[in-house]
Amino acid sequence: MSEITVSAAPPLPAAAEKFKFYGLWLAAAIVLLLLPRIFGSGGSLTTFSLIGISIIFSLSYNILLGQTGMLSFGHAVYYGLGGFLVIHAINILSANKLPIPLPVVPLIGGLTGLAFAALLGWVSTQRSGTAFAMISLGVAELIASSALILRTFFGGEAGISANRTKLLKLFGWNFGPQIQIYYLVAAWTLIAVIAMYALTRTPLGRMCNAVRDNPERVQFVGYNPHVVRYLAFCFSGFFAGIAGALAAINFEIANSAYLGAVQSGTVLFATYIGGIGFFIGPIVGAIFVTFLSLGLSDLTQVWQLYFGLIFIAVVLFAPGGITGLLMMHRPLLKAGTLSRMLPSYAIALLPTLAMIAGGILSLETIVHYTVNPGDDSHIKAFGVSFDAASPYIWAMAAILLIGGYLVARKTWTWVGHAWDDATSVAREKGIAP
Amino acid sequence: MTAAIELRRLEKSFGEVSIIRNISLSVAQGERHALIGPNGAGKSTTFNLISGYMAPTSGNVLLRGEVISGLPPYQINRRGLSRSFQVTNVFANMSVWENLRCAVLWSTGQRYAFWKNIDNLPDVRDRTAQILTDINLTARRDVPAGLLTYAEQRALEIGITVAGGADVILLDEPTAGMSRAETERAVALIRRLTEGRTLLIVEHDMSVVFGLADRISVLVYGQIIASGTPEEIRGNPKVREAYLGEEAA
Amino acid sequence: MLELIVISTLNGVLFGMLLFLMASGLTVIFSMLGVLNFAHASFYMLGAFFGFQISRWLGFWPALLIAPLLAGAIGAGVERYGLRRVHRNGHVAELLFTFGLAFVIEEVVQIIWGKSPVDFRVPALLDFPAFTIFSTNYPAYKMFMLLVSIAIFIGLLIVLKKTRIGLIVQAALTHPHMVGHLGHNVGRIFMLVFGVGTALAAVAGVIAGPALVTQSNMAGLLGPILFVVVVVGGLGSLPGAFVASLLIGLVQTFAVSMNGSLSGAFGPLSPAYASTWLADIWGVTVAQIAPIMPYVLLVLILILRPMGLLGTRDT
Ligand SMILES: Nc1ncnc2c1ncn2[C@@H]1O[C@H](COP(=O)(O)OP(=O)(O)O)[C@@H](O)[C@H]1O
Ligand SMILES: [Mg+2]
Repeated sequence: MSEITVSAAPPLPAAAEKFKFYGLWLAAAIVLLLLPRIFGSGGSLTTFSLIGISIIFSLSYNILLGQTGMLSFGHAVYYGLGGFLVIHAINILSANKLPIPLPVVPLIGGLTGLAFAALLGWVSTQRSGTAFAMISLGVAELIASSALILRTFFGGEAGISANRTKLLKLFGWNFGPQIQIYYLVAAWTLIAVIAMYALTRTPLGRMCNAVRDNPERVQFVGYNPHVVRYLAFCFSGFFAGIAGALAAINFEIANSAYLGAVQSGTVLFATYIGGIGFFIGPIVGAIFVTFLSLGLSDLTQVWQLYFGLIFIAVVLFAPGGITGLLMMHRPLLKAGTLSRMLPSYAIALLPTLAMIAGGILSLETIVHYTVNPGDDSHIKAFGVSFDAASPYIWAMAAILLIGGYLVARKTWTWVGHAWDDATSVAREKGIAP
Repeated sequence: MTAAIELRRLEKSFGEVSIIRNISLSVAQGERHALIGPNGAGKSTTFNLISGYMAPTSGNVLLRGEVISGLPPYQINRRGLSRSFQVTNVFANMSVWENLRCAVLWSTGQRYAFWKNIDNLPDVRDRTAQILTDINLTARRDVPAGLLTYAEQRALEIGITVAGGADVILLDEPTAGMSRAETERAVALIRRLTEGRTLLIVEHDMSVVFGLADRISVLVYGQIIASGTPEEIRGNPKVREAYLGEEAA
Repeated sequence: MLELIVISTLNGVLFGMLLFLMASGLTVIFSMLGVLNFAHASFYMLGAFFGFQISRWLGFWPALLIAPLLAGAIGAGVERYGLRRVHRNGHVAELLFTFGLAFVIEEVVQIIWGKSPVDFRVPALLDFPAFTIFSTNYPAYKMFMLLVSIAIFIGLLIVLKKTRIGLIVQAALTHPHMVGHLGHNVGRIFMLVFGVGTALAAVAGVIAGPALVTQSNMAGLLGPILFVVVVVGGLGSLPGAFVASLLIGLVQTFAVSMNGSLSGAFGPLSPAYASTWLADIWGVTVAQIAPIMPYVLLVLILILRPMGLLGTRDT
């Protein structure tokens, strides 16, 4: 290594840092291993499995959106095709008694996703930006509608199913019980996450970032942005296929919903809400959105509306997603000025919550009058019972909503000032750029 | 010896409007050639035609005797021609280090590798560190390019352009908008970085042009009205009338 | 056969004109604001449902006027208080915002009007056959739809050619990067363009509502086709959108009316293949694949002309 490199290049990670890095993965593995000991119920194991699948799917989506700057409205195509192929594969394997155990089967899903991404991707990735987004949507509609036509293969509305326990047994596991599926999903999640993380640290991974930032300039440093986008698309399809395969194994069924617009929209929501700017963003998003959709559906009848509103709020107010919001505070934490923010946050919290409560109250009241006009007006939403017909409730909703909004607006400008102060101190200390 | 760049009867029109009108020009290998002319004369368009950003309406561009017009920019770049942009054109969300490293990758043969750890490529690391030192941005290594000062961004722009080791370099107004002192530093940098390479530079600052260039061509309304050594250009009455005169007035 | 061709052409042109009613607004908005309004089809749906509701209260004719105005006002509000805010976060954020909006509008429509189709009837005044060709009655309401869309089309042309705002829009279509130089009232122009564009989509919704099915999934069904239209025509090209609208309108209508299939064309299938999934491809009729025709066209166009039929812009 030359002298210049030593003085100018970023230092290579020291042994301690490397240790920390590998330690992190090891810790993740141990946590995954021990999780069922703490939350062993069937319900939580299913939830964990769904989260794992969603993590792989969201991270695969972020290879496109976050890493390469490609907004896809049709990512479920590769997820769904992976799922369908795997169900067929399981049926064929068990019918012919082929010596392939279930843990290898998700790879078939991955290769399916890869094959279709390789096939459809070349045309799709010719364009970037808005055109790519629209093309991804068109291609997704093409596949989803074709799936309804090709009934023998896709099973029509009902879908196709398989029995996962009939494959070659491995260490006596037949993958019937959910705990075994949990470990299967956990292992694949860990492998996929590591692989996708590694991908970001390769020459291709860096050129993906460059294409995201400035596809035009990429051409003038020797790279063809179309090829970069295409390769990113293929990788993304591969990991989406693995996620779809795991989902199909988990449910032992694949149906047209796997390929559909809702599935594509969900992965977009999860990834964006989690934050597309950091590698862990989609992981956070997958966990958050899985819990949210499980939780909200118990709390309110119109949970999908809340879901959409949360997404819009994130786009409007926190384009970096949850992770982006948290990471914004890192320089302040380092500079020790984070504490300056806390009072203003505390002040802003109250009116903001009041405003949200008022909004929910109004919404649920309106829902009562539009969806169930004939029902008893004593309704329950988010665990709170109230009388939707009572003028007091209407007044309270209005006061909370409007009053909360007016006060919240004021307090958030204070937050803005506190933020400016805190960052300028951090900047003086040379921490924030 | 074949010319590094040769333009043969190059023409470019946008719709009805003819912007480049029959340009022929030859830049020898190792030469520092300045392209000057009033705003809107078509200098940047000429660069766009040479670098493959746009296809000429007619005529040819030759790089070391081979026709390159019609090729996409990345193939022209791979053949050893690199350009900078008049309006800073960097990877704004990536750090200075990442910017330069991306510019080094292809020329070190990494292509689209997805099986190598990018931090474990000594060749890439050395080259990037070298360029970073050359453009004097070591202290700003980890700053996102979008947050650099204007002069720093211009330096990075030059750094990205030369990082791939191309031996034909096109710089479009590298010192525009810089202060006197910044300009001097930038010129010294350009002189150093293009040592032994062919340089075609668009520049408005006449002291820079006459200090740096071996030869000068004057482009006015899409036509080259004169081409020659600095002395010849200074003495050329047509040039004085069409262009330099404006400056003097 | 001739009968089929005449009827299908009429229906195809009608569907194409409806598509263009929406695609024109979408294209102008895209050219001026740089954002593809993912929720555009949702405004079409809002138009249909507002039209349905107002028809109940006041009758069809007031609805034809009020529903688009209402939807346009909502559109203008969305631009002013939503899009303008996300603008600084870039085009992806803008597109995502409209995507979220489409999702929310669908949910809201479901909450208010439910998931099943509503009973949006053709107004009595137009509920008679306009003429009979061969043996088929052609409904007067469809002629009315055709006339309305053609009238609006001509109106748009006049506005575009003759008014100041029209000239600005035209300039934006040819030189999108110049839009920023419109001066201090650029915000109002954007709001107006967005409002008018969404109102046009709503007009399409009101007039299509009684003829097609007014249901909460209608935006989700039509939206992708609409985006295919603008990509096939060439993003940002108004003539392209027009050609593509008619093309897709005709292709789909003709496909629906055809019953041929590969097995029909090549005789019965050998029994060995009949039970495999190849049988699906073999036995499917042209009418059954009509829904995927626009997308097949999209893929073909992308292979042959990545910029779209009349497109010049790379976004
Ligand atoms: N893509 C384009 N479309 C239409 N006209 C263009 C385009 N690019 C440049 N021009 C026009 O070409 C002329 C020359 O521009 P340019 O090459 O940038 O001049 P210079 O760099 O000499 O100042 C200008 O009048 C400009 O408006
Ligand atoms: Mg220029």
